[in-house]
Amino acid sequence: MTATPAAALLRVRDLKTYFVTEHGRGTARAVDEISFDLYPGETLGIVGESGCGKTVTSLSILRLVPEPPGHILPGSLIEFEGRNLLALAPPELRSIRGNQIAMIFQEPMTSLNPVFTVGDQIAEAAIIHQRLSRRAARARAIEMLKLVGIPDPEQRVDDYPHQMSGGMRQRVMIAMALICHPKVLIADEPTTALDVTIQAQILELLDRLQHELGMAVLLITHDLGVVAGHTDRVVVMYAGRVVETAPTTELFEHPTHPYTEGLLAAVPRVDTPRSRLQAIPGQVPAATAWPAGCRFHPRCPYAWEKCVAQEPPLLDAGGGEGEGEGEGEGGRHTARCWLVTEPERRQAKR
Amino acid sequence: MTFGSWLALVVAIVLSAEVVRWLRHRALRHERWRRFFRHPTAAWGCGILTFFIIVAIAAPLVAPLDPIVQPDPVRLKNHPPSLTFLMGTDVFSRDVWSRFAYGARVSLGIGALGALIAVALGSCVGAVAGYYRRWVDAILMRGVDIGLALPRIFIVLMAVALWDRLPFAWLTLVIGLTSWFATSRLVRAEVLALRERDFVVAARALGAPSSRVIFGHVLPNAAAPIIVSAALSVGNVLLLEASLSFLGIGVAPPRPSWGNMIADGALTIYTAPWTTLFAGLAISLVVMSLNAVADGLRDALDPRQDPA
Amino acid sequence: MTAPTLVAAPLVDVRDLVKHYAAERRWFGLGRPRPPVRAVDGVSFTIPSGRTLGLVGESGSGKTTVGRTMLRLQEATGGRVLFEGRDVFALDSGALRALRRRMQIVFQDPYSSLNPRMTVQETLREPLEIHGLAGTVAALLDEVGLDAVFAKRYPHELSGGQRQRVGIARALSVEPQFIVCDEPVSALDVSVQAQVLNLLADLQARRRLTYLFIAHDLAVVRHIADDVAVMYLGKIVERAPAAEIYALPRHPYTRALLSAVPEPDPKAKKSRIVLSGDVPSPATPPPGCPFHPRCPHPLKSERCRTQVPPLREVPAGSGHLAACHYAEQPMK
Repeated sequence: MTATPAAALLRVRDLKTYFVTEHGRGTARAVDEISFDLYPGETLGIVGESGCGKTVTSLSILRLVPEPPGHILPGSLIEFEGRNLLALAPPELRSIRGNQIAMIFQEPMTSLNPVFTVGDQIAEAAIIHQRLSRRAARARAIEMLKLVGIPDPEQRVDDYPHQMSGGMRQRVMIAMALICHPKVLIADEPTTALDVTIQAQILELLDRLQHELGMAVLLITHDLGVVAGHTDRVVVMYAGRVVETAPTTELFEHPTHPYTEGLLAAVPRVDTPRSRLQAIPGQVPAATAWPAGCRFHPRCPYAWEKCVAQEPPLLDAGGGEGEGEGEGEGGRHTARCWLVTEPERRQAKR
Repeated sequence: MTFGSWLALVVAIVLSAEVVRWLRHRALRHERWRRFFRHPTAAWGCGILTFFIIVAIAAPLVAPLDPIVQPDPVRLKNHPPSLTFLMGTDVFSRDVWSRFAYGARVSLGIGALGALIAVALGSCVGAVAGYYRRWVDAILMRGVDIGLALPRIFIVLMAVALWDRLPFAWLTLVIGLTSWFATSRLVRAEVLALRERDFVVAARALGAPSSRVIFGHVLPNAAAPIIVSAALSVGNVLLLEASLSFLGIGVAPPRPSWGNMIADGALTIYTAPWTTLFAGLAISLVVMSLNAVADGLRDALDPRQDPA
Repeated sequence: MTAPTLVAAPLVDVRDLVKHYAAERRWFGLGRPRPPVRAVDGVSFTIPSGRTLGLVGESGSGKTTVGRTMLRLQEATGGRVLFEGRDVFALDSGALRALRRRMQIVFQDPYSSLNPRMTVQETLREPLEIHGLAGTVAALLDEVGLDAVFAKRYPHELSGGQRQRVGIARALSVEPQFIVCDEPVSALDVSVQAQVLNLLADLQARRRLTYLFIAHDLAVVRHIADDVAVMYLGKIVERAPAAEIYALPRHPYTRALLSAVPEPDPKAKKSRIVLSGDVPSPATPPPGCPFHPRCPHPLKSERCRTQVPPLREVPAGSGHLAACHYAEQPMK
């Protein structure tokens, strides 16, 4: 599952999604210049905590952000197979949604329509995009149920969502998303609302399906454990920006940005004996008032004057300063931190 | 109309408009109240209600004559509206406008008090039923079912039959006591949901006595449906009072209420409609305004629309 | 079933706790009576003073119900809970109110655990007023690491982590000895989770508290629990000191739970045990061992399908309990 040197399937450049808030508190700059690439067949993880902008990023790709109060700023680019999704007319965009790029969400209970059967909902995408007849679509739906590992698919196809457990509903969502064999699957925290053992099942299913169907997966999560086990490359987000990008193994072995370091130290682990967790002090700032300079500096144990004064660009953590921003292709490791240029500052931890 | 009463009337109108404008200004700061004023009818409702309330409170100022005085029963009978008699005179040559102003006191007063009794009683019963559940709930709700099934008019008729002339206070009480059933259902539903919320469980875990939990935690958070229900109740009570007075078993003449003013003018409705018309119009306007305000309040107080 | 004997009586002693919910009858209550939902089906454990018992399970395991029935926030169907030797279920309302000071609870959802219409100050002052205590709101806020400026704020002006701290302060205000922590960090972000866990650990040391820490995440429990009990379908299936249960789990469910936790280490080639099937509902428990339909143990047999395995000490005298017919030969 390594990234191929082929062209990126999905290119996001300088994406900015802002929200207007009514309370006179200004604009919430939820996504503030995000760039990344997604290559065919790979799983790219976007990891961050609440308030970092990862969900808004995923919604922006398919233009699912509610238009007031949110809007995607001009100057943002989202290219899928060379076509700019932000410039498409609605009918063309609709032909991509569910068909070439599909999305699954966090809460399977609220993402499924309670008054339609599971089979109807799965078949819907096939009917719309592949113009199948009802009978053919139903047959495809049963095939998909089998593919996602639901027992007795011929009976289950007529069940309603409330008759199914959380894990099963999430499988149904996956079936709905994959019925048209999309090239890209965006999975927004697909296992957060599920029990641990079910989470393991669903993640294993996603791995298997990705292999079988050869699609690219954009996996959005806050769980570093999930990222470690199921992604090829990782993008770490904080305060609306990308703060670090690297291949997964590289990120966990050599975390560069202090936020990544902090997250890794704060995650409770089963394999280490009982110890005190190293918490990151402070909390995520509000999107209406990002700190000046480096957005992480108020919470950073290494911060010095430069960090307050000037926000660092994405720097090549494998060596000297990189040329431009956000070209996180292939095996490059970039981090938005002045420590890359002044590594000796790492010794002066506060 | 004397100069003084004209002045008072103009002041009342201007004051109502100012109050609405001031409320609107204050509302800008809070998301909830902005939601309220998003309904165009809500602002009008506020204004109209304020106007009638001012008229009711300041009745001695806006009304030139005493409402039961009959200046000239022969020649001033059924006089159409003019500059001296703003709303004309009725069959007994009484000034309709003066009666209207004092009648506002009576009708709105009964409306507010009756609704207060109804909502207070309904909230308590509903809260107790919803909080304690099981047999307490079963008994109380069966009582409510019976209450809802009984026709109110007949109960009041019975009350009137038992007491010859029903005093004003008793009338209000009877109306209040027969109007609380729907509110109790509403409050019970809200309380059933609220009692499972963690902060209510936390209060119990801290050792708070039930009364504190109900009145300190549950009811304040159930305020939204109670307030909306109160606004609508006032309208209901108003209509009930009007119906009763129209039938002759409500507010007893010569004291004016909007209901018995309608009755007074019923016989001459084609020849001298003003007696009935203005009172009827007022009742319609107030009830519609209350509904508009209740609608706005429902939106404003809906916690789901609050910013996270 | 007997608990391992201890030198001093434990602070909390739960014996055969049972909570059943009557199942709704079909046909608007006129149909045949249905078997009850056995949310908690005979749970026993003890917690010595100053220690933390981690109670782990997935949805439907009954762990939250255990916490709430222990505090009599819900009435149990059977069993006894002894706190300092006194039977909690036998207390009258006056004695219960006094006991409420000693046993407290911290909730999972920071968004619904605070009254939205009360400021932080009012929320914290209430328990002080109810019990006539002399403490101050400022001291409580300080103890949980919140600045005094938060006193005048409403819950919706606080972040999840801050609200959770207020919830902890509220529990501390009555000076309890025992706190049921009902998934206190599950709804929080990773960095905030660590802060709150550290706070709970600090408070335990400083105030000599005893915790029942309920969680679904074995990793979180690792960092705070001295002993761990794993629940499945209303029963405890394994109980042991923390170090042991992580090193050598003897019940296949514990083993599966451990392997299902995603570890932040890409190199960790875990022999992943992925359970098939769904978490069952306590309304329809399987016969025999409740775990047998999903059990991946290689020695699973007919015995598992028919006989309910008792919770027994394996090996004898070790203090490690497991409810499995093959606990002596645990899975690798």
